[in-house]
Amino acid sequence: MLARHYIGESWKHGLLIIGALIVLIPFYMMVSMSLKSQQEIQSISGGLVGAQEIQTFPVCTKHGYTEEVCTMRPYKYNFWFAFKKAPIPRYLMNGLIVTISIFLIQVLIALPCSYALAKLRFKGREFVFSMVLFCLLIPVHAIALPLYVMLAKAGLVDTYAALIIPWTISVFGIFLMRQFFMTVPDELIDAARMDGMGEYSIVWKVMLPVAIPALLAFAIFSVVAHWNDYFWPRIVITGNRDLFTPPLGIREFRGGIDSDEFGPMMASIVTVTIPLIVAFIVAQKRFVEGITMTGMK
Amino acid sequence: MGTISLKNINKSFGSTEVLKQLSLDIQDGEFLTLVGPSGCGKSTLLKIIAGLEQQNSGDVIIDDKNVNSTRASKRDLAMVFQSYALYPHLTVRKNLETPLKLRDYSFVERLPLIGNFVPSRKEKKKSIDDLVFKTSETLKITELLDRKPGQLSGGQRQRAALGRAMVREPVAFLMDEPLSNLDAALRVHMRSELSELHNSLKTTFIYVTHDQAEALTMSTRMAVMIDGELLQLDTPSEVYNNPSSLRVAEFVGSPKINTFAAQIGSDGSVEFMGIKLERKFNTNSQKALVAVRPEHLEITKDSNKPAFEATVSYRENLGSDIFYHVQVDQSDSKIIVRGSPQVGLISNGETVRISPSHAEAMLFETSGERIR
Repeated sequence: MLARHYIGESWKHGLLIIGALIVLIPFYMMVSMSLKSQQEIQSISGGLVGAQEIQTFPVCTKHGYTEEVCTMRPYKYNFWFAFKKAPIPRYLMNGLIVTISIFLIQVLIALPCSYALAKLRFKGREFVFSMVLFCLLIPVHAIALPLYVMLAKAGLVDTYAALIIPWTISVFGIFLMRQFFMTVPDELIDAARMDGMGEYSIVWKVMLPVAIPALLAFAIFSVVAHWNDYFWPRIVITGNRDLFTPPLGIREFRGGIDSDEFGPMMASIVTVTIPLIVAFIVAQKRFVEGITMTGMK
Repeated sequence: MGTISLKNINKSFGSTEVLKQLSLDIQDGEFLTLVGPSGCGKSTLLKIIAGLEQQNSGDVIIDDKNVNSTRASKRDLAMVFQSYALYPHLTVRKNLETPLKLRDYSFVERLPLIGNFVPSRKEKKKSIDDLVFKTSETLKITELLDRKPGQLSGGQRQRAALGRAMVREPVAFLMDEPLSNLDAALRVHMRSELSELHNSLKTTFIYVTHDQAEALTMSTRMAVMIDGELLQLDTPSEVYNNPSSLRVAEFVGSPKINTFAAQIGSDGSVEFMGIKLERKFNTNSQKALVAVRPEHLEITKDSNKPAFEATVSYRENLGSDIFYHVQVDQSDSKIIVRGSPQVGLISNGETVRISPSHAEAMLFETSGERIR
């Protein structure tokens, strides 16, 4: 009986492990390649970290550095050269500026909208909400061209504004927050009104703190999507390297004379991925807490 | 001062009429209960008084001032909600401070950081702190001030919600079923506490409940509302002993009042279940309903008393009282009788003789109006 129980369980676990491996192997490859030398990568040898033999890297010397400078262990070289070759800190900062601005403005717009859609009674509310749902169905790529033309006419191509403005109104955010606000009891809002709060105070001083868990969930969606977005920055950032977001920055490593040098490329990818993973691990606890939030009643 | 009067209030949501031409005068310092079955419009009426809901027509007058177009916060009323509606992200202290800060601080003083540098704020902060402390002492929640609502038990949250209403020292308290989320024992306890609080504050209380026990125990006057109409407004004992209509009689009192079909003679004498009432009534109707409360029906062994026979179908033992659900032999109606200790326990299936108390029997038209 017990043995059969374990067999049944291990069956499920085996399946889940296979699923987890499919997701994790690319990450393993990325980390491993960012540590190993070019020869080890190409011969698929050396396990996770490789032999880490001190050597002189030819691509480095080709870039005009002395042989002395270019002699070091592979893991050090990969990261050092990645930062030498492209202004990665600048890309990271751009990514930070863009994603944070997008998220803050999205919240600024979505909260009052969703509050009105969830809690205020006005004519045409259902219609407006159905329009929100309709907008959820429009794929970004379908409207990319008109958006680009509009931004170009406004002279905003190659600016932060072009990266941020198109995303400031998030229908998904409005929808998500509206669904959450529907679960907030009306009495809480009535109590705030009795206390003398205006509708805007209610949104920012009552609904916002109550909605933190939902906002956190939305933040993960929003930040991940725009941090990783390659499509839109590729369209509106045409030449100015100073405005490159991390995904555009990684592209720097592709092509050119040393196109096949994977070590520094993977090192740059690791650098770009780490902030998101760290952010998720930090937020994870609150995120899970948020889902099981029961402080309302 | 805290007189509130409502004049011809009408309210409908879409095509459903919730309140119909409702008028009500509430005196200063009174504990008035709005009681009625759920969906009778009592909560809506409370929201109209509070200013959270706008009536379709009619006037709300607080202290001789028409407040129809006054915002909820400017009416100087405080409300306690069923779900307490404490701000979940703030400590009890902050919850209590919020209404005071919003009322007393100017816009600049409320600003974060900058507000701290406005000199007048310091003095106001002091008076707010004093008020919060005084209120928390009254309600015995001083040691809970730094906790968040999520860390409190139901009764403690109830007190905190009361506190948030009390700090403002409003002209009247509005309470929307504040005890219905508590367990039975705590509810009974809070009833007496609320009554004591009312006695010491001497402020007008308007209390909405569907629980007639709360209405009967706490209020100075109770307003019975059914289907959006105010049926009777009187002291609890008057409403219980002298209901103005059958609907009131049936709603107030637990177990429910018993009704019997009755014939009225040409001389005004009333006969039901083969029993002739001693009193005579002045009415032209031929048929009427006699209503007798369970405690005014007696199970008797005295064969001289006028009585009718019935079979006990169910015994309900409440400890202090025993109620018998009996099947009347002559008809198919079921009635409820309160057992008396002299008779002793009666088991199911036994036949008993039931004799009504003549003085307490009430007569109603078949349409429901009282015949006196």
